[in-house]
Amino acid sequence: MLNIDCPWCGKRHETEFHYGGEAHIARPEDPAKLEDTEWAEFLFMRTNTKGYFAERWLHSHGCRRWFNVIRNTVTHDIVGSYKMGEKPPKLPKRTGDAK
Amino acid sequence: MTQAFRTTSGGRIDRRKAINFTFNGQSYIGYEGDTLASALLANGVHLLGRSFKYHRPRGIVAAGAEEPNSMVQLGEGATTEPNIRATQISLYEGLTASSVNVWPNVEFDISAINGLFAKIMTAGFYNKTFMWPRSMWMKLYEPVIRRAAGWGKAPTQTDPDIYDHMHLHVEVMVVGGGPAGLMAALAAGRAGARVLLVDEQSEFGGSLLSKKRQIGAKDEAGWIADMAAELEAMPDVTLLSRSTAFGYYDHNYLCVLEQKTDHLPAAERKGKVRQRVWHIRAGQVVLATGAHERPLVFADNDRPGIMLAGSVQTYVNRYGVLPGKKMVLFTNNDAAYEAAIDLQAAGGDVVAIIDCRHEVSGELVDAARALDIEILAGYAITGTSGGKRVESVEVRAIQKGAKVYTSAARQIDCDLVAMSGGWSPVVHLFSQSQGQLEYDEEKVCFLPGKPRQAQQVAGALAGQFTLKECLAGGYKAGADAARATGFTPKRKPAAPEIEEPDLGGIEPFWIVPGSRPIGEGMAKHFVDLQNDTTAADIELAVREGFESVEHIKRYTLTGFGTDQGKTSNINALAILSGILDKPIPKVGTTTFRPPYTPVSYGALAGRNLGDWSDPVRVTSIHDWHVENGALFENVGQWKRPWYFPKAGETMHEALNRECLAVRNAVGVLDASTLGKIDIRGPDAAEFLNRIYTNAWAKLGIGRVRYGLMCHEDGMVFDDGTTARLAEDRFLMTTTTGGAASVLDWLEEYLQTEWPELKVYCTSVTEQWATVSIAGPKAGAVLKKLAPEMDLSHENFPFLSFKEGTVAGLKARVFRISFTGELSYEINVPWANGLALWEAVMAAGAEFDITPYGTESMHILRAEKGFIIVGQETDGTTTPQDLGMDWIVSKKKPDFIGKRSFTRSDTARPDRKQLVGLLTETPDDVLPEGAQLVFDPNVPKPIPMAGHVTSSYYSAALGRSIALALVKGGHGRKGQKIFAPLEGKTVTAEIVDPVLYDKEGERLNG
Ligand SMILES: [Zn+2]
Repeated sequence: MLNIDCPWCGKRHETEFHYGGEAHIARPEDPAKLEDTEWAEFLFMRTNTKGYFAERWLHSHGCRRWFNVIRNTVTHDIVGSYKMGEKPPKLPKRTGDAK
Repeated sequence: MTQAFRTTSGGRIDRRKAINFTFNGQSYIGYEGDTLASALLANGVHLLGRSFKYHRPRGIVAAGAEEPNSMVQLGEGATTEPNIRATQISLYEGLTASSVNVWPNVEFDISAINGLFAKIMTAGFYNKTFMWPRSMWMKLYEPVIRRAAGWGKAPTQTDPDIYDHMHLHVEVMVVGGGPAGLMAALAAGRAGARVLLVDEQSEFGGSLLSKKRQIGAKDEAGWIADMAAELEAMPDVTLLSRSTAFGYYDHNYLCVLEQKTDHLPAAERKGKVRQRVWHIRAGQVVLATGAHERPLVFADNDRPGIMLAGSVQTYVNRYGVLPGKKMVLFTNNDAAYEAAIDLQAAGGDVVAIIDCRHEVSGELVDAARALDIEILAGYAITGTSGGKRVESVEVRAIQKGAKVYTSAARQIDCDLVAMSGGWSPVVHLFSQSQGQLEYDEEKVCFLPGKPRQAQQVAGALAGQFTLKECLAGGYKAGADAARATGFTPKRKPAAPEIEEPDLGGIEPFWIVPGSRPIGEGMAKHFVDLQNDTTAADIELAVREGFESVEHIKRYTLTGFGTDQGKTSNINALAILSGILDKPIPKVGTTTFRPPYTPVSYGALAGRNLGDWSDPVRVTSIHDWHVENGALFENVGQWKRPWYFPKAGETMHEALNRECLAVRNAVGVLDASTLGKIDIRGPDAAEFLNRIYTNAWAKLGIGRVRYGLMCHEDGMVFDDGTTARLAEDRFLMTTTTGGAASVLDWLEEYLQTEWPELKVYCTSVTEQWATVSIAGPKAGAVLKKLAPEMDLSHENFPFLSFKEGTVAGLKARVFRISFTGELSYEINVPWANGLALWEAVMAAGAEFDITPYGTESMHILRAEKGFIIVGQETDGTTTPQDLGMDWIVSKKKPDFIGKRSFTRSDTARPDRKQLVGLLTETPDDVLPEGAQLVFDPNVPKPIPMAGHVTSSYYSAALGRSIALALVKGGHGRKGQKIFAPLEGKTVTAEIVDPVLYDKEGERLNG
């Protein structure tokens, strides 16, 4: 069970949170202008990263704030968390796991 | 025969405290401090059960968690537990236990005949034999196999015991209370860290409990006592014995099972928590989990009386028991000699040491020679005999590398064989924590490599096999852990003078051939005793094409069961490595998964049972519903009245009565559970415009509008009415089950997509109780309760609301309708719900006002073709599919879901669309969920046309009605459709979903 650092509350058990999928996928400004394939890209396509991954979490059983986390999907190491709109923290040098 | 195998003195048992217990109906006496296993051995009982497949007699092999054989059924009745290892059951007064997997009894077991067919019961036997036909598997094979192969019996009564859970945060958690773990806890504790030390045994000391050692001025017992005393005196150190760390998860989260009363007589357990699951989050974890001894794989190595050498030593030194009086030791290492020396010292007789190494020397070898024990170096046991107990062994000289030993056989009589194939560090938790293992050729074992988590390893786990190494390694691990969590360790204490023998070397010897090749003849070389897997089974699996260790495990069952292969995994993969001619590290280990030892469901559930398993939410009117005979339906966590049957009424009659009351006079519904969200802020109207499919900007204050919400993919996700309370304030209602997810949805968009919008959302579901009155007389009832409220259609039209006083209570009244009748939803502060309800009942008495529940509500809305989200929709349904294009704005440039309505898939003409169904026979009520087809007579599989989403008997229409999603349904009105059911096919006509009052005239009463 992950130990997730909420930017407002500090470290809490994963069971207090809801997962929100890949971060930094903005809703298109004007969906009507998009081709079907572009809209489908936004709707359905996500990266399946092996290594450090920016993802959204909601502290649903706490402060109810959304925020972002950089987590290594192989080791589950969390590099850091940051508020919506903030810049992500620097990634460690090795951005994936060799294994 | 009373404790004929008990030594005259010594051990950590209390000989003044005799304990009575029963095994297989026979009474015995043991001592306090015994386990069931040690007490049985003291009484000369070795035969504890029968093996899984061949029903061969089996006895005690080990002394702890690694025990593969001696599983018993413990206790009786509601508290009985199957398959508990006798080696881990602390003896208590009145204990009763019996063998498992025996019928009719352990001495005479009918299924032992399986042994005669052993040649055909090889790896994959069950899979190959009972594969086909499937129906025979279900009806015949499985029940028979289960009876023959089943282990213990699960209790059939409810578990009466109490279990609980506890959460703990510490800087340093130490797993394993042996010498290394004790030193680690001491180092971290002295540094000032919060420390938790857990150990699965009844007392701390680990391997030291089984050995004789002098540590400085103290013997082993004195040293353990000193360590425990110092740790206990530290306020920030928590010590848990009888506590097994069974799972090691991400970010140093570990689960521990503490057995609090399992060692007590039944009378002393009453009212106490039996077991507790601890949830630990640790800054650093020190693993000091020790090592398990490996058996040697030789011919018929499974007879009762064949045990691990270190376990023999444990029984002698810790429990004062001689597991046998004439022992043969079979070993590939020096360390096991200590078992022989200690047994001899305690009064037993070691008749021979069979050492498969050709050259043996060293301190322990010399000590054995000094006791005049015969040492046969370069020899192996090539066979054993004895029925329910080993009686002799066959010994031959080894020809190096040979597949068969042809040298002369010598028989040696004995009643105990101690064996040692070396030691395997208990890497289970380390592996669970994702650490990688490294194979150590010299120590002949897998050791922890680089840890993946904030963690240290120490003691035998880390390959530190001598006490001296353990003490130093343990202290270093504890100090490192404390330092890593921000503490400054105290200076390392001077190392004490330790008296221990040189443990010498080890030579791997993974499989011992006999006089015939392995797999030929009757002899069996068992690798996994619990699953009856032999070396020949592994060879067969490889011959049949299996190579991966994970596949071999599943095909041969090696490593499954309650012991999870603690004594067999390494032997199995070493044998596999030999067959494949690949080095052991290349073969790899199977995955270690939690739990380390079995954990009962009761412990995992803790207090979350029955009424406490999930919150129960009730309205402020709930008690009235109970008193008036309501039957309830669960909607999410809510209890909602389902219907209110009168005495002698069937459900059908009650629903007809309730529905007709609404259609003809007036009914009343507790609608308090509907989700309510207060939405406030200058951008609230703009926000709703983006969330809902229809337009909200121009909704007047005091007016109400129905809205549909979609996800970005255009699929309907919730619906409800929303009222404009003020320019910058709305009250949204949601479905009962969807309230939480709608609030999440709103907050997600406000926080992540549109943070510039000034809007705040507050759940007020439990602030407002809602009483809905519906029917032609609804206005008359409300008039009586709110004489000052203007109820005229001009001043209080449909889809508007008023604030005022109802029955003397501050109220908001909404004129909306889910029944198609004139209807008012009266909202009052939650605490006033019951008062309002009672006032409504009193005022409505003259109109015979009728309380109705969710079932009648469903019928009434279905008659009107109103959808219920989650019933008519399933996450693949668009507003257009529901025929609700009218609520989808064409003018708004954007809202959630809009772009998806023009995707090729959502624009398909053959999508499932909402229609009404009228069965050909009016009394046929279709089952909800029934599949529909256009032509029941085409060859199977018949193409599916859709399914029934709602179906009821409508009293108002005097016939059955149904709603359905049908492919291209909107263009099929008037066509026939068929529901093939069990035994009959029902024919129905596709019609418009609105079946009652199509013109909507009844809305005005
Ligand atoms: Zn928070």
